Amino acid sequence: MAKETAITMIKIKEKKIDSKKVEDGASKDGAKIAIKDVKVWYDDFMAIKGIDMTIKPNTVTAFIGPSGCGKSTFLRLFNRMNDYVEGFKMEGKIKLNGTNIYKDKINVEELRKEVGMVFQKPNPFPKSIFENVAYGLKIQGIKDKKILNERVEKALRQADLWTEVKDDLKKSALALSGGQQQRLCIARTLAVEPSILLMDEPTSALDPISTAKIEDLIFELKEKYTIVIVTHNMQQASRISDYTAFFYIGELIEFDKTKTIFTNPEKQQTENYITGRFG
Amino acid sequence: MVQNAEHHRNLLNESGLEMLNLCISQIEKATEALLNNDGDLAEDVMNTETRINALDLKIENDCEKFIALYTPVAIDLRFIMAVLKINFDLERIGDHAYDISKYIVDFDKPIEPHLFKNLKFEKMYATIISMFENITIAYEEKDVKSARKVFKKDKILDKINAESFSIIEKEINKDNAIIDQTLLMFAIIKKFERVGDLIKNIAEEIIFYIDAEVIKHKRKK
Repeated sequence: MAKETAITMIKIKEKKIDSKKVEDGASKDGAKIAIKDVKVWYDDFMAIKGIDMTIKPNTVTAFIGPSGCGKSTFLRLFNRMNDYVEGFKMEGKIKLNGTNIYKDKINVEELRKEVGMVFQKPNPFPKSIFENVAYGLKIQGIKDKKILNERVEKALRQADLWTEVKDDLKKSALALSGGQQQRLCIARTLAVEPSILLMDEPTSALDPISTAKIEDLIFELKEKYTIVIVTHNMQQASRISDYTAFFYIGELIEFDKTKTIFTNPEKQQTENYITGRFG
Repeated sequence: MVQNAEHHRNLLNESGLEMLNLCISQIEKATEALLNNDGDLAEDVMNTETRINALDLKIENDCEKFIALYTPVAIDLRFIMAVLKINFDLERIGDHAYDISKYIVDFDKPIEPHLFKNLKFEKMYATIISMFENITIAYEEKDVKSARKVFKKDKILDKINAESFSIIEKEINKDNAIIDQTLLMFAIIKKFERVGDLIKNIAEEIIFYIDAEVIKHKRKK
């Protein structure tokens, strides 16, 4: 996270994303994230081969597909995390509530406040629990202790961690269990009040109980956030998501309601993958 | 699907087919026992019922294990659901074969041949055997067309069943001495009609498994 946060801190003073529109949760074209003919290259390698997709507000969308299919690359487009990868080149449009986030003059720092991200391995800062959650807020310039206390408590409650840590806020975050650390990272992301949550295999390093807690959390959080999750766990995708997108070698093979994908997918390739016959 | 799961799926498929063949054989034997007043054969059918019950339990257990171990989705999930339901229907068909055989053993005397003819019993039996052939092909070869053939044939059974009441009434009016025989035949025709319904259910389940199309409770408008 340290690296990503450093990236977040890079201030690009350009056009701001209309955060009022984001708070309303409605975009000009009625969609939270609208992706139009997106292609991505890493030098000569074409990682994403022209994808169109609309992700509705307040839904959980799961990205599935074999390793190297481009799902994580695609996810990281939504908060411009790929910008710093050498050889990265992109074509197409990604609109967040109607604003093309790949316009030249977009404020990437503002973008990343709207689009929070949780990673595969929990990565708390070597600081106290409180400082971890307050970190993003302090970067935003919030210094008022009362406000900080309120926002930290709110975020920890949202991440279902408050009751476990409320008496140990000064304790090092590194002393928490893996599951607690991941929920702390979610709290840290929620503290800056994004409207979209990106999750890149958030439970792959966790035990089943911690995984269940994160999944419950995702279910609760979709009331306020649009959630996009990359997972290799088919059952997790079917349990928690409203929509599922199946990627294969840089292409979006099928995107539909999760119920349809897991009961009667349209494409044979999708069926072969979800039933474990290839991939 | 991993090789182990595929192996278990194949075994379940074979068990389903074994159950189907066993139930067809039970209906064939029960009918033969009825037509020939063969009490021994009827008893054989009754004894074989325990095999059906054991196979029914085995298939149920295997389906439960498959779901628990492999959490099937899409076509694999439909396969397991279809096998479970087909198994349930076949077990009921086995019960009907048992009941018919028990009637024969308890009754223990031949039925007047003209009753079979007037009640169109042989046509009913031939239709059921033909329906069994259709679902066997459908099950083995994943042939939806073959499964669909069953629906028309079931209507033949319904018609024979519906007509049987007035035929029985006439037969009793003609000859009071055969009341017991006519009532027995009436009960057996009802059983055959139910067997037809169960074969129709099986056809619907095979279509659901192959085409993901739910036909149950649909009525032609």
